[in-house]
Amino acid sequence: MRGLTLLIFAIAFLLLEESAMAMHISEGLLPIGWAGIWFLASAPMVGYGLYRLNRISAEDISFKILVGLLSAVVFIISCMPIPVPTVGTCSHPCGTGLTGVLLGPAVSSIVAVAALLIQALFLAHGGLSTLGANVFSMGVVGSLAGYGTFRMMRASGVGLTTSGFMAGLLADWATYATTSAILALGLKGDGAFCPIFSKIVIAFIPTQLPIGVLEGAITAGMLGLLHSKRPDILVKMRLLKPEKAAAL
Amino acid sequence: MRIAMITIAMLIIGFTLALAEEKWAGVDDAVVGRISNEYGRTVSKPFIELEGDAQLFAFLTAGAIGGFGAGYFWRMLMEKKSK
Repeated sequence: MRGLTLLIFAIAFLLLEESAMAMHISEGLLPIGWAGIWFLASAPMVGYGLYRLNRISAEDISFKILVGLLSAVVFIISCMPIPVPTVGTCSHPCGTGLTGVLLGPAVSSIVAVAALLIQALFLAHGGLSTLGANVFSMGVVGSLAGYGTFRMMRASGVGLTTSGFMAGLLADWATYATTSAILALGLKGDGAFCPIFSKIVIAFIPTQLPIGVLEGAITAGMLGLLHSKRPDILVKMRLLKPEKAAAL
Repeated sequence: MRIAMITIAMLIIGFTLALAEEKWAGVDDAVVGRISNEYGRTVSKPFIELEGDAQLFAFLTAGAIGGFGAGYFWRMLMEKKSK
């Protein structure tokens, strides 16, 4: 029944796509040189993520189940157009803040690659030439921002769900800031970087401010849910101390 | 709780469909595409070009598969706990 409920939510949001289209960088928008650079920039993290995924999965089979769950979650929410009533546009959360926290940034980048590749191939969402750029912004930077924010806040004594909220929020904003930088670098030609970067960031702000808050809520909610249902997973992923899980 | 969640989902559909006319463009049109066009870049054809309701169908199918997948893996995680 829970899966059915989740399915209904997925369908509900997808049916909202009256006019919303892709929200990643679409096919052909980046010059081929820059597109190649972003593939190269993403490659080290993705390669290390494959190594980590294989190594951890060999030690712990339940890790694969967690990766499967989060892959499905990232796939759904990263192609879920959410209308922002105050602006009249749609955008999507990324989900890589959540996966960065739960799986680590390297494995999170693999999840992003899988989601973005399927979307580019079958949904005309994003592009194949721009896959490297989209992976870099969402999978690399988004995951690192979420992971880093969460770790810093937890080290400062902030609670689990509050840290998760901030991780999701900043991961989303970091993703779109990086997307802005990628576009600015690709489009500026011989012109200056800052004016076009500022223009894109300012254009994103009205939509991404509330979407970032939503992503923070999703991340906090998922961490809270795992904390109540499967605290052992949080212990295993070193997000929670064993004595705190035992106290539940 | 289940009925509440389904009701909320239906309300969201109704709300946004009622308000959607020519608005609710994705940020790819509103931001990325618009600014890219100003600088002379245009969107190329995707790998599989989906027109009209074919894209709706593709997104719906993808969402359904993703939803089933998420529900399946969630159930596996919870069953592992109970074992």
